[in-house]
Amino acid sequence: MSRGEETTRSIAERVARESYGKLVAFLAARTRDVAAAEDALSEAFAAALAEWPSKGCPSNPQAWLLTVARRKMIDAARRTRSGEAAVPELQFLAEIEAASAEPHLPDQRLALMFACAHPAIDAGIHAPLMLQVVLGLDAKAIASAFLMSPAAMGKRLVRAKHKIREAGIPFRVPEREELAGRLDTVLDAIYAAFAEGWADPEGADVARRDLAEEAIFLARVIGGLLPQEPEVLGLLALMLYAEARRRARRTAEDEFVPLAEQDSSRWNTAMIEEAEALLHRASTFGAIGRFQLEAALQSAHVERRRTGRANFEAVVEIYDALSMLTGSPVVAINRALAIAELHGARAGLDAMPSIDDDARLADYQPYWAARADLLARVGNTDGARHAYDIAIGLERDPATRRFLQRRQAAL
Amino acid sequence: MQYLLLLYANESGWSNMTKAEQEQGMAAYAAYTDALKKAGVLAGSNRLQPISSATTVRIVDGKSQVLDGPYAETKEQLGGYYMIDVPDLDAALAWAARCPGAGHGIIEVRPVWAK
Repeated sequence: MSRGEETTRSIAERVARESYGKLVAFLAARTRDVAAAEDALSEAFAAALAEWPSKGCPSNPQAWLLTVARRKMIDAARRTRSGEAAVPELQFLAEIEAASAEPHLPDQRLALMFACAHPAIDAGIHAPLMLQVVLGLDAKAIASAFLMSPAAMGKRLVRAKHKIREAGIPFRVPEREELAGRLDTVLDAIYAAFAEGWADPEGADVARRDLAEEAIFLARVIGGLLPQEPEVLGLLALMLYAEARRRARRTAEDEFVPLAEQDSSRWNTAMIEEAEALLHRASTFGAIGRFQLEAALQSAHVERRRTGRANFEAVVEIYDALSMLTGSPVVAINRALAIAELHGARAGLDAMPSIDDDARLADYQPYWAARADLLARVGNTDGARHAYDIAIGLERDPATRRFLQRRQAAL
Repeated sequence: MQYLLLLYANESGWSNMTKAEQEQGMAAYAAYTDALKKAGVLAGSNRLQPISSATTVRIVDGKSQVLDGPYAETKEQLGGYYMIDVPDLDAALAWAARCPGAGHGIIEVRPVWAK
């Protein structure tokens, strides 16, 4: 690849990242035909990569892409619809012509995200749909991140886009009274995307590592468009705290390091400070929520950076609040571990949830790893060995598996 | 866009109601229908006779086969519909939520095939 081509490609990639969602939102807002907008845009990007190296980058790449995409959409509308049926669509596309002359495209990405995370769409596909439609990630990369076959992921994405168009799901930011509930589904989807990226600590899988960054990017977009929503700030803070510790989760030899043993000097200070500032700003709105609480937890853990010890009193208190809010068994497990830090392993074991209360715990690795650790600390070696066996069998990350095996061998 | 709101409920609920309760139920539906009319979104509506009056027809081996009873025996039965014309799914869902049927049954919201 020549240098000129490389520069053009990197400009195209930058424009793609910053403008993709804006262009899809703008092109599909009226027709709700996300797939048609995506097809037209991908042709426009291909045209850009073909033309820009020889003719030079246009002064307004976004407007250039919009114009080309619009032309492709007109061609497609003429091909698929004949006569009068095509008239409204062509009229609308003519309006886009006028708009593409404007230097600033209205940013309707938020409305697009609300459409992707609409309750009428299966919740499991919200995050993949957003990653594809707002950021332009391809189905294959998304499928690998979500441990799904590309064909199955592709089908579900197509089905969701079809539903947006056929069921008439609007591209709209909900009104005040329903905003909170609907915003939760958008934030949940972003966090799900982040969690998938975070689940690959070795960073071996580029698509997954990118997912964490993309999720942070999406949260920043929402934060910019809805600056008065404390949960958006909470989510962004939460993800930054976690991302700040990414490198410290592994030794130089690629071995797993549990949070309590991480070298805090390897944490990313700038990210933690941004997170602390965001969380502080969120707290000024006086409306607590799940993401702010989870971010506050992270904040209590990273206190070790300054004091040498995590603030476990605060951790237990926050888990109490989260437990009331979510009733989640995952919260209960972490609360039990924090109690063990404060009052000893026996108290931690007593606070652990039981499989009898929630059958899902039976194949939840962190439950068995936590149990094994606490059992070992109270001297129940047989119980600990058994729990480690189960945890090791359920773990999918090789480094974490090796870590659990070392712990088991040390019993 | 046009949406069909399909009202599913357990039919026996109605016959088990007292006369006064039935009247109250009817009044709620009348008020809902009025609200749809006033908003200018009502495109059609009907209440169906109970499934005991239903008959199914299908062609089997070139011959029409007529059977007594509904298409499927289910806990809830289709009891009526509203056809409404609103801008998008959110508006349709908002109207569906106001329907008295949402309180004692289920409303299925289906977009009508656009010509």
